[in-house]
Amino acid sequence: MEQRYSNLLDEALGLDQTIEPWPLRGRIVAIEDQVETSGSFVLHHLLKRALSPNSSNVSIFIAFSQSFSHYDRVLRKLGCNLVTQRDNKRFFFLNMLKLQCPGGDGGITPEGGLIALYGKIHETISVLPEISRKNVTIIIDDLSLMEVAANGSSDYVLNFLHYCRTLTSEFDCSLVTLNHEDIYASADRPTFLLQMEYLADILIKAEPLATGLATDVHGQLTVMNKGINYGQDSSRNKISNFHFKVKENIVECFYPGSRG
Amino acid sequence: MVMEDPEAPHHMLLLRNFMAQGLVHNQPLLYASPNRDPRGFLGTLPSPAASKDDKSRQRDPDQEKGLRIAWQYKKYFGENQLNFDGQRDGKHEYSNEFDLRKPLERHFLSGQRVECVSFQDCPNLSALQDHCATFLSQFPRNDGNISCVGRIAIQSICAPQCEYSNMEWDMLSFIRSLKSMVRSSNAVAIVTFPPSLLSPSFCKRWQHMSDTLLSVKAIPDEDKELAQLLTGYQDMVGFLNVHKVARINTQVPLILEATTFSIKLQKRRFLVLECLNQAPVDGSSGASYGTSGSCSGSSKTGNLDF
Repeated sequence: MEQRYSNLLDEALGLDQTIEPWPLRGRIVAIEDQVETSGSFVLHHLLKRALSPNSSNVSIFIAFSQSFSHYDRVLRKLGCNLVTQRDNKRFFFLNMLKLQCPGGDGGITPEGGLIALYGKIHETISVLPEISRKNVTIIIDDLSLMEVAANGSSDYVLNFLHYCRTLTSEFDCSLVTLNHEDIYASADRPTFLLQMEYLADILIKAEPLATGLATDVHGQLTVMNKGINYGQDSSRNKISNFHFKVKENIVECFYPGSRG
Repeated sequence: MVMEDPEAPHHMLLLRNFMAQGLVHNQPLLYASPNRDPRGFLGTLPSPAASKDDKSRQRDPDQEKGLRIAWQYKKYFGENQLNFDGQRDGKHEYSNEFDLRKPLERHFLSGQRVECVSFQDCPNLSALQDHCATFLSQFPRNDGNISCVGRIAIQSICAPQCEYSNMEWDMLSFIRSLKSMVRSSNAVAIVTFPPSLLSPSFCKRWQHMSDTLLSVKAIPDEDKELAQLLTGYQDMVGFLNVHKVARINTQVPLILEATTFSIKLQKRRFLVLECLNQAPVDGSSGASYGTSGSCSGSSKTGNLDF
């Protein structure tokens, strides 16, 4: 039963069939959430899948929002030991909590800071052995804090993302990002968000229920999978919509009304 | 973080309580405010109500009102404090009731490390940030010693009195670095801000940045409709809303049974948070959430409503 719940999300992401080769290879996944409903659990879920024992995936985690111990404890409850994975060189944690690029005199410019970060990622990937270089997942938590770190220079953040995108074609990496949709809700032209949505191959939105908070349904997920085959079906996006409940060890996904 | 009501000083009630609680426990405090003389505010901190409080710990939590309120405070006041509660020795009483009419005794204020900063003395945010950094350096996280917990209270950070109130990105990065500093030390910070002074998009950013997000709101005087709806309206001064509860080391959101509390001043002395039982606004509008089962549209702040 439990298995089936989590499969809705996996199904929508195309993770249910095979794990090797990594189905998200070369793709960009954008997760968007709101104050009321955090979407970080999707990030954790993807990380767990990427690090699962029967895949050879390597993850590079760029953390602007939480410390390593937080992710470690969360993932441990999900059944994945980040410390071991780190020792096995399958998990690389870049702690960006204290990254500040205020610019101005003497300080690091936003551009410089992000270029350095990109350099770090590129270096991490290029020293990997040939076999794992083909299966790298770059995870960014989260983009809005990256904008803050860049002191509001969203253009540089976008540039950074475009660079990361080249990695997805160069090395067949996958890129997973988290951002907050409601920040941009009041803007006339939410360029940053639109750009990201345009770049994304898979767009995941976590929203609260219209009826408010509830203990047995934490919110709803909309997954838009833009499809990889560029044949005749290319115009057809696969959209899935379901409710979810986050637990410590699993995320339960189910169709609205399908649970008593 | 606490979102202020722009027209009422209710956030100060919370701040006072937070600060006084820390001082009673001998915890160092850093208080930053837009006022020219922040130290003056310390004179208004309430003193713990000494009587009968000591025995409340042994009683059944469901019966003892004082403790029930205590429980609520414990739950919502600051993210880190929660983690430390269980580990501290039982001698320290958490969540004292404070008598708002009595000022806190001098010896609490003088004997220890209370630091006050006025925004007006800080030419820019990095000066304030340095203050916080030096303050927090007293409480490194990794030495395993949790007997010393620091508290930071920052009042109305984006108030127009300070020069940097229009430097939105700078304020965001200040909050961000404050957060990362608090994470790596044994401390808890409470920041109040008036959301109406921020642009909507920045306000959202602030909210995302917080671990625990509360908002306070005053209730209008002599609102007849409300007075009918809520019992104990006479004592109520406002509402406290819990928007977000800290989610550290877990991915599971904590869904509270109630997110709105009334802030009451009992006998003009005690600040009390009480759970508000929200019945449907209109009896005909369908589903009833009220546990009392009454569809009359009245909601009660019953004593046993949890």
